[in-house]
Amino acid sequence: MGVMPIGVPAPIPIVPGQAVRGPSPWRRSSEFMRTHEEGMWRQVARTAAFLPLAALICAIAVLAIKAWPAVRVNGMGFLTRSTWAPGSTYGSTVTTDGVAHPLGSSYGAWPLILGTAQTSVIAVVIALPISVGAAFAITERLPRLVSKVLGFTVEILAGVPSVVFGLWGILTLGPFLADHVYPHIAPLFPNVPVLSYWRTPTGHGEGLLTGGIVLAIMIIPIITATTRDLLRQVPSLPKEGAASLGMTEWEVARSVTLPWVRSGVIGATVLGLGRAIGETMAILMVTGSIIQVAPNIYSPMTTIAATIVSQLDSAQTDATGFAIATLAEAALILAVISVAVNVMARLIINRTSRLGAPLGSGA
Amino acid sequence: MPSTTRRSIANLLFRAGAYGALLAVLAPAAWLLWGVLYRAVPHWRWDVLWTDTQGTNGGLENCILGTLVLMVGVLIVAGSTGVLAGIHLAELARPRKSGKPSGSILRLAVEVLSGFPSIVLGYVAYVALVVGLGWHFGILPAVLCLSVLVVPYIAKGTETALRQVPTSYREGAVALGISTGRTLRTIVLKAALPGIATGLLLALAISGGETAPLLLTAGFSNQNPTLSLTHQPIAYLTYPVYNFYNQTSTHGVQLSYDAALLLIVLVLMLLVSARIIVARTQRHTEAGA
Repeated sequence: MGVMPIGVPAPIPIVPGQAVRGPSPWRRSSEFMRTHEEGMWRQVARTAAFLPLAALICAIAVLAIKAWPAVRVNGMGFLTRSTWAPGSTYGSTVTTDGVAHPLGSSYGAWPLILGTAQTSVIAVVIALPISVGAAFAITERLPRLVSKVLGFTVEILAGVPSVVFGLWGILTLGPFLADHVYPHIAPLFPNVPVLSYWRTPTGHGEGLLTGGIVLAIMIIPIITATTRDLLRQVPSLPKEGAASLGMTEWEVARSVTLPWVRSGVIGATVLGLGRAIGETMAILMVTGSIIQVAPNIYSPMTTIAATIVSQLDSAQTDATGFAIATLAEAALILAVISVAVNVMARLIINRTSRLGAPLGSGA
Repeated sequence: MPSTTRRSIANLLFRAGAYGALLAVLAPAAWLLWGVLYRAVPHWRWDVLWTDTQGTNGGLENCILGTLVLMVGVLIVAGSTGVLAGIHLAELARPRKSGKPSGSILRLAVEVLSGFPSIVLGYVAYVALVVGLGWHFGILPAVLCLSVLVVPYIAKGTETALRQVPTSYREGAVALGISTGRTLRTIVLKAALPGIATGLLLALAISGGETAPLLLTAGFSNQNPTLSLTHQPIAYLTYPVYNFYNQTSTHGVQLSYDAALLLIVLVLMLLVSARIIVARTQRHTEAGA
């Protein structure tokens, strides 16, 4: 008897008096898997991939529905008014446009919107040059081991919870800045428009500038990591060519490397801006969380995100539910701003990656 | 053309600026870690690990267990959804007839969601789940909220990992006559597993460190977590950091720093494990193959 060829199944022995059995259940199920597995993967995976989109749409829809009464009563003035008065939550209820709300309630989100813009702009202005400079130092000038250690440090900084940044910001950084930095920089600014915003009183370290600095420290890892990766992708030939023409390191960086990575860095910066706009806990703890337009750059203030947390408890005492609706309106504004910023960042990044590196466009 | 002296001065300034910027990145990181260690370690007491919180007294056992429970929940809900979504985006979405890659709107949704403010998701979960559906504070609303928050990171990580699996693996599978589904399950996913695990660890680090959405969905409890998914508030590690730091009792402030220390240790452990996984399994990528 010859050797059975590999891969041919052994014939099923036929025993007289017994029915011929079909393939075993195991064989049958594996046959089923063979023909149907791909379809199952497709169905399940497609369903899962739709969930993020569905969650996004649901979130916006819930906010819009919940905020609708507040939108009608607060009107467009919500964006420009500076009052935040819940009204008398124990007293009488009045009805405007069919929406019940406490007597004397008047809400305006201007301090929150302005505060969000101020803190995130300060954060980006501080973070961008530091991140790009640090990315240059990591990629161009340091031995491999050192840059690996640095990369891990940046990763840790990105992973530290924002509430820990808040704790450090309010108990360590804020008092330090108020004692040793702000009193020294405030007298340097003349009493002219714009710059007088930096003059005394310098406060206790809870405020706009401290919030911006803490935010900057939080978004630096995002921009640094992205810029570092972009710089690593710049091919060395153009850089070497420029250097061989006699350019100094700075000239190579300015006219070859930076134009190459520029739009990617802009995209990463806008991503960092998005993060800064939505940041809650650190801002809540560090800025003093007072609903006002900051009279100077050291004063307590707040942002949309921080207000949602700080005002929730008092909003729950409003029996008409109008305060909850108003917070939903604030959250909706925050959501719209952050979606706009993120889509913008993605468009910038996608355009760069499609066009490829813009050699010489800025050189 | 500026003079040579000016050019070399400019170059010197550039170098100084780059190193200065590097210092400006590292100094706050070191200061932050030192600041927390300096306040937490000298007063560290091991019994915070097995004592429950009582007001601003006691320990952090309930918070540690609560955070772990929430992380497991996120791993189940967001892990399955995110990995499957990543598989769809990387492997299964067919190109459209116009030749454009499919799934671009889904991918955009994932990217926009990854930049969505966590507090907004928390507020949505609060009005829709905690109040709207009457679930009250509990594990389920908290886990669902955190899952929506971290699904983008898992999906993105999975997609990237799958794209790095060498094409030759798939070609080999086709040549052997293995069905697409089985190729995916036994060959491609296996090779991409380290990358997927890294994404999951990152998502766990994020969900362990979240505060704002949990304040609105999980509440807080002095007891250890129970099995009930709703109507039962649950403790988590970030709560004492935010709520105890400005208490008059020194023990409360101390707990705040202890919790911050535990959070940093948790994040560090997750990041180091991710690093180890990546370092050990470079070979299954396009670059390493």
